[in-house]
Amino acid sequence: MAESTPSVFHRLSIALATFWRILVDPQFASAVAALRLAGPAGLPGGPNTEAPSFSEVEPNAALQLLGLLQQEGRFIDFLEEDVTAYGDDEVGAAARVVHEGCKKTLRQHFVIEPVRSEAEGERVTLAEGFDASAVRVTGNVVGQPPFSGRLTHTGWRVIESKLPKVAAGHDLSIVAAAEVEL
Amino acid sequence: MSEAQYAVGIDLGTTHCALSYVDLGSSDGDQVAQDLMHVPQLAAPGSVEELPLLPSFLYLPHSDEFAAGDLALPWRTDEGPIVGELARHVGAQTPIRLVSSAKSWLCHPGVDRRAAILPPGASEEEIARLSPYDASLHYLKHLRDAWNHLHPEEDLAEQQVTVTVPASFDPAARELTAEAAQAVGFEQLVLLEEPQAALYSWIQESHGEWRNQVHVGDMILVIDVGGGTTDLSLIAVTEQDGSLELTRVAVGEHILLGGDNMDLALAHVLKGKLATQGKSLDQWQIQALTHGCRHAKETLLTDASVEAVPVVVPSRGARLIGGSIRSELTRGEVTRTLIDGFFPEIAVNSRPAARSRGALTKLGLPYAQDPAVTRHLAAFLGKQCGAGEDLPGFTSEGGAFLHPTAVLLNGGVFKAAALAERVLKVVNDWLTADHAPPARLLAGGDLDLSVARGAAYYGYVRRGRGVRIRGGTARAHYVGVESAMPAVPGLEPPVQALCVAPFGMEEGTEAEIPPQEFGLVVGEPVRFRFFGSSVRRDDQVGDLLEDWSPGELEELEEIQATLPAESRAPGEVIPVRLRASVTEVGTLRLEAMPRSGPEHWKVEFNVRNTAGD
Repeated sequence: MAESTPSVFHRLSIALATFWRILVDPQFASAVAALRLAGPAGLPGGPNTEAPSFSEVEPNAALQLLGLLQQEGRFIDFLEEDVTAYGDDEVGAAARVVHEGCKKTLRQHFVIEPVRSEAEGERVTLAEGFDASAVRVTGNVVGQPPFSGRLTHTGWRVIESKLPKVAAGHDLSIVAAAEVEL
Repeated sequence: MSEAQYAVGIDLGTTHCALSYVDLGSSDGDQVAQDLMHVPQLAAPGSVEELPLLPSFLYLPHSDEFAAGDLALPWRTDEGPIVGELARHVGAQTPIRLVSSAKSWLCHPGVDRRAAILPPGASEEEIARLSPYDASLHYLKHLRDAWNHLHPEEDLAEQQVTVTVPASFDPAARELTAEAAQAVGFEQLVLLEEPQAALYSWIQESHGEWRNQVHVGDMILVIDVGGGTTDLSLIAVTEQDGSLELTRVAVGEHILLGGDNMDLALAHVLKGKLATQGKSLDQWQIQALTHGCRHAKETLLTDASVEAVPVVVPSRGARLIGGSIRSELTRGEVTRTLIDGFFPEIAVNSRPAARSRGALTKLGLPYAQDPAVTRHLAAFLGKQCGAGEDLPGFTSEGGAFLHPTAVLLNGGVFKAAALAERVLKVVNDWLTADHAPPARLLAGGDLDLSVARGAAYYGYVRRGRGVRIRGGTARAHYVGVESAMPAVPGLEPPVQALCVAPFGMEEGTEAEIPPQEFGLVVGEPVRFRFFGSSVRRDDQVGDLLEDWSPGELEELEEIQATLPAESRAPGEVIPVRLRASVTEVGTLRLEAMPRSGPEHWKVEFNVRNTAGD
């Protein structure tokens, strides 16, 4: 532990001071009582303090979306191909297929709207306690809210997602089946 | 039978099905609580999505074609054909296993609609084929199961269900549709003509405003151009006890011509253009090209500032950039092919050409020979020029064609604004030339979904909560009678037509019994020639027509009566008379009644062409 533990004398002085404070300050007394009941987990810096928790994202939903984008918009075909070998007009023609199909998939399965309704370039004010996950401030980030700034990207928020139901046992890792014409 | 909570409308389309529903408990007057069911269906192997439309495609998979469990739906395991989006998708690559346009086969007079004939080209040993009737059954079953999955408390079989049919469907096709719906379990079923459903949807979306937008004396022309068929109807606005009424006075013929033909025509234009550059396309690429043309067409016909839209045929292999073929659809090509090809500006006395079959025909179905929708429209208005004359408030103009005063457009084709403008211009040019005021366009809602919406709304108004379109059957029906004359070699005995069902029979009514008798041989099927007329409004039951002008009577498929040999001796000849009725569901029914006794036998409209089963 980086912080040094106090010496015996220092601990004695803490004990005495605490003893008196417990006697005269009922709120302090109840806080100490709670600390005792909680055991080591209640101590700041103890072994079970709120560690940042991370969860594994279920890959099935991602595989399903990849499959949908491939099926409608040839998404994987497009990204897996070497575009350097082709001219812009050829890439552009293929991009239309990808754009039309992926857009259809997006429209069909998600309801998306901008996070901010203002037009990009407009000045906006962020009140104190704004949702930092929905709005990210950039540039001269100093001082206290309310912040005033120029909207550089409206952001997107998924209001609703309606993904297809998958049959139990269906192999989602096949995002596009091989095709064999008989 | 429990009380229905929903009025459900099912559009059983040639290329797409849709289901809409009205919550009866939460609706009152013009305030209608209506929704569209997003249909769970396989969109890819193992992947079930809820989509607003169910493509009317069936795919009959090979047993090794898909991994186990990949064809399961929330309500069933792997069994049975694939219905919907996945069927359309895989069927494009394996057409021999794909059933499409089953509805057009259901109205095909030349085939036995209960025979397993679809897909038409498939080998019988390899693929267990389906009948057009089975296909309708599968679509309805899928919709029923999807509904019951989403509404486990409210069985669809117990709701008030309206299934739409083209106004031009013959009695056999209507009966088969109703039978399929009843086989699926719908207890409270009615059929509704699609153009009427489109008008109901327009009425509903106006929230009561429709009463100010049409007037007594208006003649509304409904033009419904779907994916595979064009359906025409005329609906008159009349008055009864001070309130507006609607009467459907005429329906058009069955025209197999729709949006799919238009996309295919554009694909062939581009295919030709690519061929001049030395690039040839296979069947898969033409499918992809057709798909690309549909998008390009909608852009070009909606945005007048765009002169050309690139169309890219992606490669089939993984090399997308290297293997794709790029072309371009120009405004000029779309104008020439679609606007002038399918909606030419023609004179009102112009009629569809019966030319030799061209590039648009496929083997089997009787596709329209003339792609010009406007020419079919001219023929319809010309044929129906006397349609409104018996109604109060309408006068016979004595002109060469019926003058519509309002036009309602329906079908995905009219999403392209330029096509909607063109068809209205053509009609109005005809009217102006005849010194009549121009017809106005009734602004409609969603062109893809209005039939299903209107059908659900109809289920609601049937409960007495809104205006209903009247009119009854749109055809009179006749049975062919060979006239008694000495046989002349080489000359067919002339046929007379006996009217058995007059024009305009309402649901749940019976026609009188004509006095003429026919001898039926017990135990042997006896066939009759059968005719329909959409113009002879005044013929009564028992009228015997000796001759008629061309086009007045249309010969339908033969009908057949079989007297079972139960209580009689086989071979005995029994004199019978024919009684027509229209069921509550909305189908025509013909029965053979013996001179005495309570027995009667149903006359079959769909006659098997082959012996057996």
